Amino acid sequence: MKIIVLLILISVSIAAIFLAIFYWSMKNGQYDDTYTPSVRMLFDPSKPSDEQEPSESGQK
Amino acid sequence: MQVQSEVDVEVQCYHCGQPCQDLVWKDDKPFCCAGCQAVFEILSANNLCAYYDYEQNPGVQVTRPVDESVYAYLNQPSICQKLVTFSSENFSRVEFYVPAIHCISCIWLLENLKRLNSGMLRSEVNFPRKRVIVDFDPRNITLARVASLMASVGYAPVITLDDRQDKTKDTRSFSADKKLITKLAIAGFCFGNVMLFSFPEYLGLEGEESLRGVFSWLNVLLSIPVLLYSSTDYLRSAWQSFKQRQINIDVPIAVGLIALFGRSFWEIASGFGPGYFDSFTGLVFFLLIGRWFQSKTYQSLAFDRDFKSYFPLAVQKREGDSWNPVIIYELAKGDEVKIRNMEIVPADSTLLTGEGFMDYSFVTGESRPVRVVGGSHVYAGGRLIGQPVTLRVEKETSQSHLTSLWNNAIFKKPNESRYKKILDMAAQRFTWIVLGISVITAAYWYVADPSQVWLIVTAVLMVACPCALALTAPFTYGNMLRQFGRHGLYLKNADVIERMAKIDSLVFDKTGTITHGRRPQISFVGDLSGDEMAAIKQVCGFSTHPYSTRIHEALKQQRIVDVNDFKETPSKGIAATVNGDEYLIGSAEFAGAVSYQDVATAKVYVSVNGELRGYFQIKTAVRENLKPMINRWKGFIALLSGDNAADSGRMSNLFEAKAKLLFNQNPHDKLDYVANLQQSGHTVMMLGDGLNDSGALKQADVGIAVTDDTGVFTPSCDGIMQGEKLGYLDRYLALAKSATTIVKSAFILSFLYNAVAISVAVSGHLTPLIAAVLMPLSSISVVVFTTLSVNFVAIRTLKK
Repeated sequence: MKIIVLLILISVSIAAIFLAIFYWSMKNGQYDDTYTPSVRMLFDPSKPSDEQEPSESGQK
Repeated sequence: MQVQSEVDVEVQCYHCGQPCQDLVWKDDKPFCCAGCQAVFEILSANNLCAYYDYEQNPGVQVTRPVDESVYAYLNQPSICQKLVTFSSENFSRVEFYVPAIHCISCIWLLENLKRLNSGMLRSEVNFPRKRVIVDFDPRNITLARVASLMASVGYAPVITLDDRQDKTKDTRSFSADKKLITKLAIAGFCFGNVMLFSFPEYLGLEGEESLRGVFSWLNVLLSIPVLLYSSTDYLRSAWQSFKQRQINIDVPIAVGLIALFGRSFWEIASGFGPGYFDSFTGLVFFLLIGRWFQSKTYQSLAFDRDFKSYFPLAVQKREGDSWNPVIIYELAKGDEVKIRNMEIVPADSTLLTGEGFMDYSFVTGESRPVRVVGGSHVYAGGRLIGQPVTLRVEKETSQSHLTSLWNNAIFKKPNESRYKKILDMAAQRFTWIVLGISVITAAYWYVADPSQVWLIVTAVLMVACPCALALTAPFTYGNMLRQFGRHGLYLKNADVIERMAKIDSLVFDKTGTITHGRRPQISFVGDLSGDEMAAIKQVCGFSTHPYSTRIHEALKQQRIVDVNDFKETPSKGIAATVNGDEYLIGSAEFAGAVSYQDVATAKVYVSVNGELRGYFQIKTAVRENLKPMINRWKGFIALLSGDNAADSGRMSNLFEAKAKLLFNQNPHDKLDYVANLQQSGHTVMMLGDGLNDSGALKQADVGIAVTDDTGVFTPSCDGIMQGEKLGYLDRYLALAKSATTIVKSAFILSFLYNAVAISVAVSGHLTPLIAAVLMPLSSISVVVFTTLSVNFVAIRTLKK
């Protein structure tokens, strides 16, 4: 039965770590803007061919 | 021929997507005007054409060429210092509000500004708030250059007097929001784990006593942060209202929470039982979810703006022989300032040199620009149309005719405290009933079995905690808020809906609310060829008379023509020779027509080579669907216009006999009118759009700002409504009324739960298991009931 106490300690402390991570991410402004980063990650790194002929179809 | 005209219609500007009537071609791409073409050239020269890949026609029409000197004041060290959030020798950071941000391409371009100029280090867009943070190297690029660079590609930053304080204001509201989420997260974490440790209890498992003790004490440990941190809002609010000898909804909640915690702690400490910590933490968790659900905010909208966000930050002031920019707060009586075309007069002043037109439409509601000459008195907030003028300041900005409105007492006290919430009224009754039941129960058990009194009274207080009751209003109004938002009415908070339900009087402003004030309809009556239209457009472009600018903007034909002998006769008209033809554009007498009086529409006559060809009609159009809405509305209705009575015929036609129409109302008159109406027992909704309505909007029980573009300035209000939705106003009000009905039915539902729980508690049968089942069951069923009924009613009312 002692093992249960140990398991509980582990599970609660892992959960507490996640809570702490959540708190930290919130403090650091991770949730300030929930839209722009989702778009930003889809942008292509600048292509050298940009200036010739931007294709009509593109991303959209 | 037909094919030709179809093609004409379908060609869209490659940059802004506006239909082009006369094309400018560049690199095989069509452009509607030289401005759009210029932006394209900048982008293609800097290898930024991917802008056009992410969205089709993403651009913003650039109507006026960017004048770098407009931003010159940003280079003044004292001003620069107030705007930048961080500054060192080789690094500065500034945050701009850019209302033009609207699509993915905007984000891409603004985040690649560094490719336009090597002095730009990095830029980051916050799309929901329409803000851009720009890092730049002050050794290579000035702040003014940063701003004009952004303006040159169509993203002009808007810098107002308010920007200085903005930083602190925003962080404060953000931290309140973040605090709530942190509290919610902690309550959720503790609730989940407490439930886990209560599992053996739920299943009735027999186990080692020592293990039970460990679980119980872990529950105590997990509940302490919930009591001391997550539930503090409720405890504090209850204490405050208790001190003021009032009962709001938080009082019974706080009593219930303390009873739950105290009883559970006593049970565990004395070894009596497992306690009710799962109910306790769950209660706080659900309550906080309700609070969070209700706190939906529209980040890109601002509901608390005053004149500060309308006025510019700085103005050119004469110092000796030179003109230097100063912050308008520092203006004093007697200072000389210079105002250019489309700039705003910062303080009441006298015009010294130059002449032009003042557009007061936003300040007084007067739709027609006023002509000003040397010696004229000009009021703060007017927008200059015409050549630069110099002014002598007569009053400081904060003491001006317009801004003195904000000295009215109505702006000093917080709006919300004037209203008693339906929820708090229910809570009052509820608290007395619960108190009565507890006393009767205590008396009964004192006789029957004195040892049980304390246990049963705490049980009653625990289950009487009106969690479901407290959740009804947040979920009903929170859902309603989202429904309204989907249909173009953005409310400041959920409490507004409750006040909307009681509205029996509507008060409208005219210019910009009833009419499209700043977007007049222009039609030509007569006969002109395309070439002649193009010539008129060009000629009107040289004039600064407001009618000329409007005609110039309305005509699409664009051809390069030679304009000779341009001559403008003030208050008469303009004469010019184009390609050998003589044009006269102006008043009836000027163009040689017979004049007849018609004040509702302005007419501009055109004659070519002495032959009268017709006239332009300039008319501010009434919004659509208004008349049926006014007919449907059964309550009191009034119109307060700052404009002259010229429009009264059209307005009385629109409003019919039952409405009260008042003209020539100044901002103070409007405020007083609304206040008088309230004093005679009416509950008033004010609908306005301009600074002149600010007082009335604030005074009214509900003040709604009507706007066609949520990006532009709106005065302080309870809600912002899209102009085209004004015809549905009565439906919105009906919907708000049904919200109140839903809240009341949900009250009954939650009272039923409480009645069941209390009867269990009174008879002495409450166990932790029953509490743990009843509590979430009542909360969840109330949430489901309100959500479903709000959506059902909203679909039925708004989809008609």
